[in-house]
Amino acid sequence: MNTVAPTNNDFLLSIEKLTVSFDGFKAVNDLNLYVDENEIHVIIGPNGAGKTTVLDLICGRTRATEGSIRFRDKELTEMKEHEIVRQGVGRKFQNPSIYEDLTVFENLEISFPRGRDVFGALTFRRDDEVVERVREISRMVFLEKLLDKQAALLSHGQKQWLEIGMLLIQDPELLMLDEPVAGMSVSERVQTAELLNKITEGRSVMVVEHDMKFVEDIAHRVTVLHQGKILSEGSMAKVQADPKVIDVYLGH
Amino acid sequence: MTSGNSFLTRQELLGLAVVSLLILVVLPASVDIFRLNLIGKYLTYAFVAIGLVLCWGMGGILSLGQGVFFGLGGYCMAMFLKLEASTPEATKIQSTPGIPDFMDWNQLTELPWFWEPFHSFPFTLVAIVALPSLFAFVIGAAMFKRRVGGVYFAIITQAIAAILTILIIGQQGYTGGVNGITDLRTLLGWDIRTDSAKYVLYFVNAGLLIAVIVAAQAVRKSKLGRLLVALRDKEDRVRFSGYDVANFKIFAFCLAAAFSAIGGAMFTLQVGFMSPSFVGIVPSIEMVIYTAVGGRLSIFGAVYGTLLVNWAKTTFSETFPELWLFGLGALFIAVVLVFPNGLAGLYRSYLQPHVDRLLGVKKPADDDEPASDAVPEAAARAAE
Repeated sequence: MNTVAPTNNDFLLSIEKLTVSFDGFKAVNDLNLYVDENEIHVIIGPNGAGKTTVLDLICGRTRATEGSIRFRDKELTEMKEHEIVRQGVGRKFQNPSIYEDLTVFENLEISFPRGRDVFGALTFRRDDEVVERVREISRMVFLEKLLDKQAALLSHGQKQWLEIGMLLIQDPELLMLDEPVAGMSVSERVQTAELLNKITEGRSVMVVEHDMKFVEDIAHRVTVLHQGKILSEGSMAKVQADPKVIDVYLGH
Repeated sequence: MTSGNSFLTRQELLGLAVVSLLILVVLPASVDIFRLNLIGKYLTYAFVAIGLVLCWGMGGILSLGQGVFFGLGGYCMAMFLKLEASTPEATKIQSTPGIPDFMDWNQLTELPWFWEPFHSFPFTLVAIVALPSLFAFVIGAAMFKRRVGGVYFAIITQAIAAILTILIIGQQGYTGGVNGITDLRTLLGWDIRTDSAKYVLYFVNAGLLIAVIVAAQAVRKSKLGRLLVALRDKEDRVRFSGYDVANFKIFAFCLAAAFSAIGGAMFTLQVGFMSPSFVGIVPSIEMVIYTAVGGRLSIFGAVYGTLLVNWAKTTFSETFPELWLFGLGALFIAVVLVFPNGLAGLYRSYLQPHVDRLLGVKKPADDDEPASDAVPEAAARAAE
């Protein structure tokens, strides 16, 4: 499967010649994409361009047909999902994916990276370190007053933040967010942009997003995907001015 | 928030005290030995129901084949007792003395190899728990590692229950066939058919049940318990939080199997025989009904649900033998439609507020305020 010789480089994540085909349809086609340290890298593009598939491929949810995904010079395409997570790759889903029957505290606690095997989970103690860390993260994601609340009772935006918090507590080096502000109110959107700018210290963030205003607020670099291939790449100003992008995505 | 860490809350301690009082004091004091033995038999099903609370209620893994593990535990015990009852002296009229009577009737001339270890009592005790757990591990690993779940898993467990029943009935010479293993007399020389032995066995069973309740409670209170609830709800989120989800499911399934097997072994001891009619699809589904009636998330509820359904079964089947099965079906429908949280749900809505007041437990802070209020005002202003 991995016939490609990956190049060694200083990027945190390097995707090279990545292809995935579903029954002959190439959702991602010979893609090369690099993510730098401490970079907020946004992927935009029309529906069906393969944006979410790229995130799925990185986190192991979808298996690549060809090509390589190297994270800190470790090949991810052969690893199991939980192993990829343990390498330091966190993934947030498009719809808020939280444990509705548990409290906000318990949601964050489960994501705390300790006691991840059966025995560890049985003997896990809620010590000061855990409580302290949960409080710290809950402050970051604006939920410190709601720790005892059942997660099902949160608003849509708060659920999105909770899931971001659940990823932050794992302290991943690469955080992948799939449409983090979809369905959020204007004020929630502004808070989320602040949050993302704050958490990018010491880690890289990959975002799939449709909201152009939000992309402008956060993106260090933008990749435009179209039919599984890169249409344009660079700063927001550069891709916005690119006639090809205007043609297929942004519109005249 | 930190109260989630303590092993038993006041309410749970009260629940444990009430259930212990009921099965250790009230029931033995109020019924004769015939009825008590019957209750002891019902309580062996409660082991299965408690396993199902962990596996199905919390973990969302519906097994319609728990009778398999109950039966395996029961058969292990029955094999030991049968060998003890089949001494050469006791069986000297057989053409091959010293082997169980049903083997002789089926023209077997020597004890099959897999019966040999069951001469040893320590081996039998280990096997009662280990064999069903191992079998559950094999099934669990084969299913959960391949991400078979939900309805498919339920159907497969049901198929396994059917296959095992057919196997036991078909291999009459090795298993006693449809009659099962009967005519069990003594345990290490102690006659288990006397009234005094039945009393002792009832209390051993009750003690084991309380131990299993405490063990199940410990699992429920651990992070593993919360993880089971989490993966019932959002399996992918758990997987992408760095957990190997299959291992947790296998653990829950094996634990439920081990509990069921202990119940099965105690069943054999108290009832005096084991047969394929406790292995197949019907008993397996009945066991799920006990859990559902109790409220599938409640460990104590599982015990009460088992007692209630079996009490009703005995009462109605003695009075209206033809109608009983319809009654059971109606009960299951009623539980699903009207009381989805079973007895535990009824307790929470009607009794718990009073109990909490008596215990002096404060009601948790009102959670009814609209969630959006929590957004800090400053941020809202910044958004303008």
